[in-house]
Order: sequence, then structure tokens, then C-alpha cells
Amino acid sequence: MSILTIFRRELKSYFAQPTAYAIIVIFVLLSLGFTFTFGDFMNVGDASLQFSFFFWHPWLYMLLAPAIAMKLWSDEQRNGTIELLGTFPVSTWAAIVGKFLAAAAVSLVALVLTFPIVITVNYLGEPDNGAIISGYIGSFLVCCTFIAFTMLVSACTRDQVVCLIVSVAICTLMVLCGYDPVTRELAKATSPGTVEAIVAFSVWDHFTSLNRGLLRLQDAVWFAGFISLCLVGTSTILSAKRA
Amino acid sequence: MIEVVKLSKHFGSKVAVDELSFTVQKGEVLGFLGPNGAGKSTTMRMVTGFIPPSSGEARICGISITADPTEAKKKIGYLPESAPLYNDMTVIGFLKFCAEIRKLSGSAKKDAVERAIETCFLGSVAHQSIDTLSKGYRHRTCLAQALLHDPEVLILDEPTDGLDPNQKYEVRQLIKRLGETKAILFSTHILEEVEASCTRAIIVDRGRIVEDGTPAELIAKAPHGSLTELFRKVTTSDTAA
Repeated sequence: MSILTIFRRELKSYFAQPTAYAIIVIFVLLSLGFTFTFGDFMNVGDASLQFSFFFWHPWLYMLLAPAIAMKLWSDEQRNGTIELLGTFPVSTWAAIVGKFLAAAAVSLVALVLTFPIVITVNYLGEPDNGAIISGYIGSFLVCCTFIAFTMLVSACTRDQVVCLIVSVAICTLMVLCGYDPVTRELAKATSPGTVEAIVAFSVWDHFTSLNRGLLRLQDAVWFAGFISLCLVGTSTILSAKRA
Repeated sequence: MIEVVKLSKHFGSKVAVDELSFTVQKGEVLGFLGPNGAGKSTTMRMVTGFIPPSSGEARICGISITADPTEAKKKIGYLPESAPLYNDMTVIGFLKFCAEIRKLSGSAKKDAVERAIETCFLGSVAHQSIDTLSKGYRHRTCLAQALLHDPEVLILDEPTDGLDPNQKYEVRQLIKRLGETKAILFSTHILEEVEASCTRAIIVDRGRIVEDGTPAELIAKAPHGSLTELFRKVTTSDTAA
């Protein structure tokens, strides 16, 4: 299968360079570090990872997910290998999905390596492990959303730095615009309808409900819809660039 | 094997390729000559399915590149002008990846990669990282990926560009040998390659064919029997007013 071939190549490429290792180490160190410092995990005494651990993930992903995905199409365009890919008997769609899955796999490795906190909270208390699993799923989906968006931006430019800056900016907005203190300020400035429209773009609502162990249909639809839209958008941009 | 029928490409108001038509049969090696900017690479990119034509058709072994690109691309081995490669892979790793993309597996994949390495004299660098290779080896690695699946059609964009005289000779001999059983279209600026490797040649200028014939016919037409003179006569220089 072409998707698998491209996935394997892209994954090998990630781990042949320092990028993936750096991002994984930074994510693990910061997420666990924040849990015990700003998250005040030990003192709060709550056998739940929702506020001390998972809370930091969107903030970390808005910076790190673009770092993972920025090279996906920018590199191909800069090196000229897009001409190889474009003339192989492989659909653009297979290449897009293969690359997306490789970037998602890198973020999955980073997430899995935070397992010590799960062992810790199970040792210290009796957490709801179902909620923890659901929280990990939510975290992974948030990262995939940001990766998909960054991939869309990387199809637009050969310059990785431009891709990084634009993606970080938009991902930051997606995190901020649903964050409670921000929505409260927004509510003072504009109508409830506008606030609701802005909040619809944010990951918080969907991430938080998964954190609590709730997978609602609207969450699945939001994540699947947004990711699909970005992948289809990537395909459109790549076709348009060649036309 | 390669049929191009009134192929055109416009970039905005600029006409890069203007109703180009030609065919290349099995056993033919067609040299594609022309000044820079004449539309050679653009034509090749359309024939290989990388960019869509503005109008016209290209068929590979009877399969339309626009209607059924995946099937048509299976029949083509393409060497792009810039010989692009993945710098973070080794030569053998890259060729294995290309073989897998071509749906080769197991011993077929292993044999195809070994054959390509042998044909392109990459044995001494097979396990080296691509970013450490010299230009000649990079070019040959990219040529090797075009040969992996033993395609019926080869489309080579300036295959001897930047190679030293020895390497140029080897590549020309290879093209001549492969041309006996395949349909080959290759572009070049080097007019002596026309006589060395081609069974036919066309000269394009500003997107249109201006000359078409066997090397002997072109030389017969040429002032003082020089292909360079013929080239200069039928094409416009970009320094012309």
C-alpha cells in the first residue's frame, strides 16, 4: 500500500534527524515538569490528571505540533522531490495521509512516553483510568488537529520558518479563543452569538469533555471534520500550485 | 508508446508550450532540443503527469496521462532536471523506497535494486548517505530510480547535465542500449548527444517544434553540416531584441 510506504519513509526521516527526538524530549520534560510545579500535583491531592497534567497539553502542542509538521510539504517543495512524488504512481491523497500519519505517530510516541505519570497516579491513589485513557485520546486528537493544520500551511510555502510562524499563530488562537479567561473578556466586548462563533473554532470545549471521560458525538465530528478539512485543503493547494 | 497530441500549457498570459505533437515508438530514442525556456521541461512535466496540460493530450502506451494518471505513471521512468533526492536516505534506502512505491516486494524488489545499482555504477556508494554524494553520483542515483521497474517508457530531462566527460559517455551508451527495447525521450543542450544517442530529434523554440528529423536529415539541412548552426538558425536567442 502506497500510504504505508510513504508513512514508513517519512517516519524514518523523522528519526534520522534530531527534530523528532528534540520535540519528544521537550514535550515529555515540560508536560511532566509542569504537572509537578505549576500543576501542583502532589499538593492538590486529586487522583485525576485532568487539571495538573492534561491541562498543559494544548499549550505545548500549539508550539510543538507545528514544529513536527512544518517540514512535511515545505521540504518536498524546496528539495524538488515533490516532482518525484508527483510522477510516481501514487495519488496525492495517499501521500498526504501517509505524511499526516507519520507526524501523528511522532506525537503518539511523545504521549506514550509520559506513562510514568499514569503509574504515579495509580500508585498514589485510585484514579478513574477510563477518564485518563479518554484524556490521552483527547490530547492526541488536539495534536493531530494542529498537525493537520500545519500540513495545510506547509503546502502553501517552501519556507519552513514561515510555515512555523503562521501555524503557531493560528494554533495559539485556536487554544486562546476557547480558554475561559479569554472568553469572559470577549463576552464583555461582543454579543453572545459572536463569542459562541469564536469559541466554535477552539479546541478547549472538545478537549475538556474528553478529559472528563465524555466522548460526545460533537467532539468526534469536530475533530474528524477539522482534520479532514485540512487534509482536503492540502490536496487542493497542491493541485492548484501545479495547475 | 509516447503520443503527444496538440499539447499546450499557458501560465497566465504566457504560452510555454504551443500545440506540440510528436510520437516516440518502442526502439526509438527521441532527442528533445531547444534553448532555455523553450518549453522542454514543461512538456516533460505534462507528459509525466506532474502538471496538468492547458489543452491537448498525452498518452503513454495508449493510456491517457490525464484520464488515468496512476496507470500511465506505472509505465514511465522519469529523471527530473534537478535530479531530486531525499538527502536523509542512503542510496540503497532510497532505491528500496522507490521500488516499494512501484509495488515491487520481496526478491523482486531486491533484484530490481541490485540491477539498478549495477546499471548505474552505484556499487561503491550504495550504503552512503545521499547528502554526501557528488553531483555525478546524485544524478546516477536519480537515474537508477527511473530504471528500477524496467519501464517501457523513459523520460529523461538533461540526463548528462553536470556530469564529467567519462560519466557523460557512460550515460549516453546506456541510453543507446536501453533505447533498443524502450521508447526514450530525453532533452539536452549538447548537440553531439543527438548523433551519439538519438534515432530522431526535434528542436523546439518558444513552445513550438521548429525542426524534426533523424540526425542525418538534420545535418543534411544544417548550414555547413553543423547542428549548432542549424540550432542557431531555427531558434531565437534570448538576447535578441
